[in-house]
Amino acid sequence: MSGVRLLVGTHKGAFVLTSDPKRQQWKVDGPHFTGWEIYHIKGSPADPDRLYASQTTGWFGQLIQRSNDGGKTWEPVGNKFVYEGTPGTHLWYDGKPRPWEFKRVWHLEPSLSDPDTVYAGVEDAALFKSTDGGQSWSELAGLREHPTGPNWAPGAGGMCLHTILQDPKHPDRLFIAISAAGVFRTDDGGKTWRPMNRGLHSEGIPDPNAEVGHCVHRIAMHPSRPDVLFMQKHWDVMRSNDAAESWQEVSGNLPSDFGFPIDVHAHEPETIYVVPIKSDSEHIPPDGKLRVYRSRAGGNEWEELTKGLPQSNCFVNVLRDAMAVDSLDPCGVYFGTSGGQVYASADAGNSWSPIVRDLPAVFSVEVQTLA
Amino acid sequence: MIRVVLPTHLRKLAKVDGELRLDVQGQPTQRSVLDALEASYPMLRGTIRDQVTFKRRPFIRFFALEQDLSNESLDAPLPEPVAKGSEPILVVGAMAGG
Repeated sequence: MSGVRLLVGTHKGAFVLTSDPKRQQWKVDGPHFTGWEIYHIKGSPADPDRLYASQTTGWFGQLIQRSNDGGKTWEPVGNKFVYEGTPGTHLWYDGKPRPWEFKRVWHLEPSLSDPDTVYAGVEDAALFKSTDGGQSWSELAGLREHPTGPNWAPGAGGMCLHTILQDPKHPDRLFIAISAAGVFRTDDGGKTWRPMNRGLHSEGIPDPNAEVGHCVHRIAMHPSRPDVLFMQKHWDVMRSNDAAESWQEVSGNLPSDFGFPIDVHAHEPETIYVVPIKSDSEHIPPDGKLRVYRSRAGGNEWEELTKGLPQSNCFVNVLRDAMAVDSLDPCGVYFGTSGGQVYASADAGNSWSPIVRDLPAVFSVEVQTLA
Repeated sequence: MIRVVLPTHLRKLAKVDGELRLDVQGQPTQRSVLDALEASYPMLRGTIRDQVTFKRRPFIRFFALEQDLSNESLDAPLPEPVAKGSEPILVVGAMAGG
């Protein structure tokens, strides 16, 4: 089937939304895993029928589900996430050391080339890898064992590794982001890591320009230009032109530069999208208006996109993994909200319409463009 | 033969209806019942007890004969009616969450 498949993780289950390439009529399948929190679902770029889902509850812990048929059926695979060696401590909210303790998988990132290889970003922050389709998991411990690790501290949502970007031009290079430690990069497949936070400025930490400690919410890249990265930080939208060696602020004329998701147009590497949120203490859209902002200049100059989005009395949030783009032409843009709406734009953001309005709170949205 | 009743979510995960019946070698204890349960239904590993420490998850309880056995020793013999299969042991998701 050609078209688009959206993989939606929510507070109470997973949903699969499908459409033909026109993206006007949608079929809604779900909930899968009803009653469980689905933090993230993502398909393999190498085999679109292979999907991975992170499933949790406070009662029964972490499960990983795998589908080999595009989400029609699922099977539980390995859920044993054990830190390498003696994990040591990080900082807790009270400033005291606290032993690393696995809580959940926030993000699953399948390999660009191998359907059986997948990365998992977890809380407390660490990166795991499976090379057998999720049956077993090994920690890439060099990250957690970085000398700065004992000084990492959680953001309000927990100390989570939430973003994993693979560089298509350098297979051994990964970028990850942790709240609230910041961005790290490996150039050797995960053995060694460097903090990549030069240029970030965060007023909420003792040294605003510290090497680590920044609450990075999301980073994004265009696959054709992996040295250019875009970041939505706790406050500030940032850009790097040198593979995260340095960052410059590109918040420009945004009504608020606080937010969670950021994404890049599939065919225009300088066109980026964010959803401004009023503040860190008020996770609602400014003025009760749900607006996506688009920059066609790689930042600084932003235009508001409102057609089809509620422009009064709207108080939903859009979480960091809840925005995605397809690779059709025109590029489709999608996002899900804490109010259970999933909005779609089939014209690169010019106009929007809800695919569904009443799902449980949306944690994540991923898109597969099917040939 | 030990009878085990799982909470709804775990029954769905294990793809079972109603109560389970497990053969347990020797004197049945919480540990040997959970070992047998996880051997027969490996998808349950980690959902009732930690896979490394074997500690019961905080919001899981074990009830039998209208008693809470959750804090009994893992290696304590289960009550005779449970050991003989005349009464089930209940794995319960604790009421929590407000």
